[in-house]
Amino acid sequence: MKDLLKKNGTRSVLATIISILIGLFAGAILVLIVGLVSPRIGIKGAWDGIRLIVAGILCTGREAGSLTFGFNLQVIGDTLFTAVPLILCGLSVALAYKTGLFNIGASGQFLAGTCATLFVALSIPAGALPKFLIWILAFLAGVLAGAAWGAIPGLLKAFLNINEVLACIMTNWIAANLVTWMFDISNLKNLVEGTKTGYIYKTTYGLVNVNGQWMYQDGLGVATPKLGLDKLLPGSQVNAGILIAIVIAVIVYVILTKTTFGYELKACGANRHAARYAGIRDKNSIVYSMAIAGALAGSAAALYYLSGNTELSWEVYQKLPAEGFNGIAVAMLASCNPIACIFTGLFMAAVKQHGSQLSFLTSYNEYITDVIIAVIVYLSAFSLLIKTWIGGRKKTKKTKDINPVQPKDDNAATGKGAAE
Amino acid sequence: MSFLISKTLVYAIPLMIVALAGVFAERSGVINLALEGIMIFGAFVGALTINLMQQGNVFGIIDLSKDMAANWGGMQLFLLLIMVITAIAGAVFSLLLAFAAINLKADQTIGGTALNMLSPALVLFFIRLIAQQSEMRMYKDDAATWFMVKKNMLGFDGSKDIGFFGETFLNKVYLTTYFCIILFVVLSIILYKTRFGLRLRSCGENPQAAASLGINVYKMRYSGVLISGALAGMGGFVYTLTTANCVANGDVAGFGFLALAVMIFGNWKPLNIAGAALLFGLFKCAAAGYDSLDINGDGVKLLLNLSKDPTWGKIFNPHLYRLVPYVISLLVLAFTSKKSRAPKAEGIPYDKGMR
Repeated sequence: MKDLLKKNGTRSVLATIISILIGLFAGAILVLIVGLVSPRIGIKGAWDGIRLIVAGILCTGREAGSLTFGFNLQVIGDTLFTAVPLILCGLSVALAYKTGLFNIGASGQFLAGTCATLFVALSIPAGALPKFLIWILAFLAGVLAGAAWGAIPGLLKAFLNINEVLACIMTNWIAANLVTWMFDISNLKNLVEGTKTGYIYKTTYGLVNVNGQWMYQDGLGVATPKLGLDKLLPGSQVNAGILIAIVIAVIVYVILTKTTFGYELKACGANRHAARYAGIRDKNSIVYSMAIAGALAGSAAALYYLSGNTELSWEVYQKLPAEGFNGIAVAMLASCNPIACIFTGLFMAAVKQHGSQLSFLTSYNEYITDVIIAVIVYLSAFSLLIKTWIGGRKKTKKTKDINPVQPKDDNAATGKGAAE
Repeated sequence: MSFLISKTLVYAIPLMIVALAGVFAERSGVINLALEGIMIFGAFVGALTINLMQQGNVFGIIDLSKDMAANWGGMQLFLLLIMVITAIAGAVFSLLLAFAAINLKADQTIGGTALNMLSPALVLFFIRLIAQQSEMRMYKDDAATWFMVKKNMLGFDGSKDIGFFGETFLNKVYLTTYFCIILFVVLSIILYKTRFGLRLRSCGENPQAAASLGINVYKMRYSGVLISGALAGMGGFVYTLTTANCVANGDVAGFGFLALAVMIFGNWKPLNIAGAALLFGLFKCAAAGYDSLDINGDGVKLLLNLSKDPTWGKIFNPHLYRLVPYVISLLVLAFTSKKSRAPKAEGIPYDKGMR
């Protein structure tokens, strides 16, 4: 048992589980306090809330005033659907973090990807190209736009030594304003459904020429194939996107751990100067890292909006998409391991579903899930400390012998702070 | 012109005070990325306090709105009280950052990001529960009429022009503006001219050396972060009061991050920061008030006309005006990065054993 605890992997998993439990506990306490204070909710409402926070994914609804639990295939399918952008944004942050960069710009890269994907998917007339080709083009456009947007802070960091966190924050807001501007002057605003305002067409709409006039019609556009998953989980929004996300996660894992390229990226993150001394082009590596991170966030946006059941409210200049920030939580919870990102992404999606169940079935609202996620990120800031606690206090020195990567990471973090 | 100056001040003041908040944290050696989150929290606490005090009719303020002119002095005292409350709230919230960064030696960037996520989530959670909608307003009327100082309150004739100086700095202004300027000056002097300030700065440069001279680094870093939190909380309230009509909605439009850019542009020095804040305030003012902005007072609204022009309007439009502050700050960061001199020990957890 003691040997098992000494292993870095085991301790990471345990630290993650502890973080999750504390996060859920904090959410439950908040729900309880609010329930006790507010006479409208009361202790019974609080109990419902707590149960939904812990196991909302298994809730089937409300019967005769009390919650019923069981397997809810629709919610499980929706969880798989929501997990796609979370996993990919998590990968984006994780890859950057592994290479010594903190990618807080996933939101901006997500927006850049959104913009490019929607423009390509909606601008090519239906029938001009085979549907799958349009889909692939739109997906690639999103990926490339995300990569380009991610490369900007990378370039600034590599050549002008600007802290990537600040550069990312600025590019986030620039993206938000720029994307709003692009959509404002575009023809992609949904005019068919008259009651809806401020939305861009879903990707199920296609551009067709009716009597010499270009217009959009539902059902003619591209949408990610379902591959029978919707029959397996009836009523849900699930599609092939989740499989693509898993494949991408595996690819990222292989690149980072099995290739020279990945090793160079990580070496630069561990110690930029040592890497340069070893003959690695450190500046290029930083730009590549940020560009790949951006590409991952862009692919998150592409898959999210190509699904066909999501639509964009295009005036995004006031609010950044939450996916980027939730990606930080996914990555931190996974200790930045790409494969673990799949599971933490699924967990985070489940928490989101718990939130929507909560606002649907009780007087609470979905923001409690954001509180839980924030608490988890907060805990991950000192996950090293939690890991040391698990291994026992005395073993701090031994840990370093067993796993030489640990102190390296530590140095990278402090070195980054000093370089600002 | 007078409109431009007073409007620029309105945007520059929260930037200035929050940038100073950043200085206090970073000069003590802790990166405070959570400024945005603390601002959001301060704004919420301020709006909530006003709302509750109005509802509970504390100090009889619910009736004050009727005869504002007579009771404006009391209103200003009330405003000062709320500023103190928001400062305390901000300091309490920043304890989370201080504890993680100083006691637990956590990664300060992630800790700050976590607080930036936590604050809007908590605030929106409570606003939804309290107000049953996604924003919280004042219970009655709005802040612009409640707390604004107008010339007739100061004894001038309300219908007469009282000259450029008076119109700019005495009519339709907020007490918070002048209070923040005084606070800014006082705190800058404290940072540079007192023993406390010197000790605080030394902890951000070389904590081990400071400790060897008997300075308690933990205490200094805690005070740095707490002062930072108090200023940011107050700044958040000032922001919502003066530009968002005291509406708390879990958002301060990236002002906290902009303040960080101002701080770096100002090279962690108060005087430069004041200048940088005015510059950024000018851009923000152009973005927000482009449709009523009359730059040289000849009645020509240049920015509005440009945005309506068929050819130029494609570029010079509200989207561009909103974009400019961020692009400028990125460019400024690019050009000043070579000269920029951050506190040497910022972001590095203090470890007694490390020399």
